[in-house]
Amino acid sequence: MNYVALKMLFGDRAKYLMLLAGLTFSTMLIVQQGSIFWGLMLWSQSGITNINVPIWVTDPNINQVEEVKPLADTAVTVVRSVPGVEWAMPLYKGLQRAKLEDGNYQQISLVGLDAATLIGRPGVTLEGRIEELRDPDAVALDQWAVDRLGGPERMKIGTVFEINDHRARVVAIVQTQKSFQNVPFVYTTYKRALRYTPPERRKLSYVLVKPKDGIPAEALARRIAQETGLGAYTADEFGWKTIRWVLKNTGIGVNFGTTVFLGFVVGMAIAGQTFYLFTVENLKQFGALKAIGASTGMLARMILLQSFTVGLIGYGVGIGLATAFGLTAGRGGNLPYAETWPLLVGVLIALLGICAFSSAISIRKLAKLEPGIVFR
Amino acid sequence: MTTQPSEIPEPPASAPLVHARGIVKSFRVDHTRIPVLKGVDLDVAAGEVLLLVGPSGSGKTTLLSVIAGILDADEGTLTVLDRDLFSMTEDEKTAFRREAMGFVFQQFNLLPTLTATENVAVPLLIRGLKKEAAFARAIEVLKTLGMGGRLTSTPSHLSGGEQQRVAIARALVTEPRLLLCDEPTANLDAETGHRVVEALCRVGKRPDRAMIIVTHDTRIFEFGDRLVHMDDGRIREVQHMNEEELR
Ligand SMILES: Nc1ncnc2c1ncn2[C@@H]1O[C@H](COP(=O)(O)OP(=O)(O)OP(=O)(O)O)[C@@H](O)[C@H]1O
Ligand SMILES: [Mg+2]
Repeated sequence: MNYVALKMLFGDRAKYLMLLAGLTFSTMLIVQQGSIFWGLMLWSQSGITNINVPIWVTDPNINQVEEVKPLADTAVTVVRSVPGVEWAMPLYKGLQRAKLEDGNYQQISLVGLDAATLIGRPGVTLEGRIEELRDPDAVALDQWAVDRLGGPERMKIGTVFEINDHRARVVAIVQTQKSFQNVPFVYTTYKRALRYTPPERRKLSYVLVKPKDGIPAEALARRIAQETGLGAYTADEFGWKTIRWVLKNTGIGVNFGTTVFLGFVVGMAIAGQTFYLFTVENLKQFGALKAIGASTGMLARMILLQSFTVGLIGYGVGIGLATAFGLTAGRGGNLPYAETWPLLVGVLIALLGICAFSSAISIRKLAKLEPGIVFR
Repeated sequence: MTTQPSEIPEPPASAPLVHARGIVKSFRVDHTRIPVLKGVDLDVAAGEVLLLVGPSGSGKTTLLSVIAGILDADEGTLTVLDRDLFSMTEDEKTAFRREAMGFVFQQFNLLPTLTATENVAVPLLIRGLKKEAAFARAIEVLKTLGMGGRLTSTPSHLSGGEQQRVAIARALVTEPRLLLCDEPTANLDAETGHRVVEALCRVGKRPDRAMIIVTHDTRIFEFGDRLVHMDDGRIREVQHMNEEELR
């Protein structure tokens, strides 16, 4: 009877395409909204992912990566003394102003790396050599900084500009993930970063740490926190901390979360409704099948086969369309868009769940056969 | 159950295929009970074509639904093929319909996306037969009903009479002992209706099989062995037709 069930489904082109369109649309809506939301969340922790080290040590009351709470310079030495630390390096991170050729200012996120090791440097260098950061006045721009500071014509290797009235010379262009606040990153060495910035008592933003081989990052982070009284987080923990803070404090959680939630509800309602209508329209056919001896179990299997078949096809097409959207609109990292497998699996489960649920309602109607359905 | 009938048709006196006594059925509409069947006694013998006639609302469809096990009666006893229908569960009744009954509906109730052959094969597929075997058998039955030329047509490409022939083929394909037809000609013009019932009786009438046909259509009365008149939930009159021909 699988054959009959599938023929009932595919045989009526118009009805089938309507049904498919409904399921496709809801999948696309949910995946697209969810991916943009998650993309935004990833942007919010790009300060962490761009640096890419196992453990971050900072003030214990830190809320999120962009909110720098400077430490005393001695913290690096203190952290280095904790057993299990392979290395611990200073990182400067702070919002500064770059002066453009036309006299305007542009806010940048200045990142100062340990000069000897350049730990925390971006993974991809697009132009120039990041090692030249050790040269006098050298800085590296990310691709967003190139755009913001005057475009690729003006900002290229060798260009000289000013950060807080100090000379800066571009030696490399690197690739980073865009930040949530959309402030471009400018890299230099730790020492030079201190010189670029106005005098302050404390300037050490973070201590970056790698555990010795065989020591789990979580365990070492706990130990550092315990022995130094500082806040120590694995990159993952710090990322989640940042996401939680953003969700709670920026209104993105409420505003965008509501949109995502509504997208989910609307999408599921459309999916459930279209499939339910499909089975209701077929009720007479199923009734006739029951009258001529198809058991409720057999009808249930037929309806479930139909709903899962069209559900899976709609899911596939919907994801295809959402991905095409993400690839087009999110090209070059301009739009936050991150399709993650938990989202895809979640949508699949929800979609099949709603299909099964609407099937169950129709099956219930068939459990007790109304003669009015068939003898007419 | 019953052995294959010998050359001598079973006399009507032998155990009837349908044996109903004191069937009472009422529907509840807004807290009031509307009695529809008010004590129906009916026996249907093997080999018999019984025509159930009567004014609209007299309870013919209701009676047919009760005999089919689609509707539960409030009172009375009913045995079909020696089985007590009222003591069966819903699933048992469904299985019983699958094994022992065939149906022809007023609105044909064919699956619109299936071809004639596929529609006729459905009861066999429900029984678990392989597709090829089911289709072969379906084609055989369709041919006996003069539908050999329309095997791959879907219902929307068939005339009403042709659709009803497909429905008849579907009802007969499992060789059921009891065939229940509710107004099989109501959606057909008189001429077509006559020819369809003629085909139904030619192919479907068997010494071991009973047919109950609910109808308003006087032009098909000639095909009945007995005419049972219902009125207001009771059987008013039983008329034996073609008696001389029967004996
Ligand atoms: N499910 C139901 N609920 C309430 N009343 C019903 C139901 N089914 C049938 N009836 C009522 O029972 C009475 C008999 O209906 P039934 O369908 O058996 O008549 P019928 O003899 O087949 O009529 P027709 O010739 O019009 O088909 C009618 O008054 C009808 O309205
Ligand atoms: Mg009726």
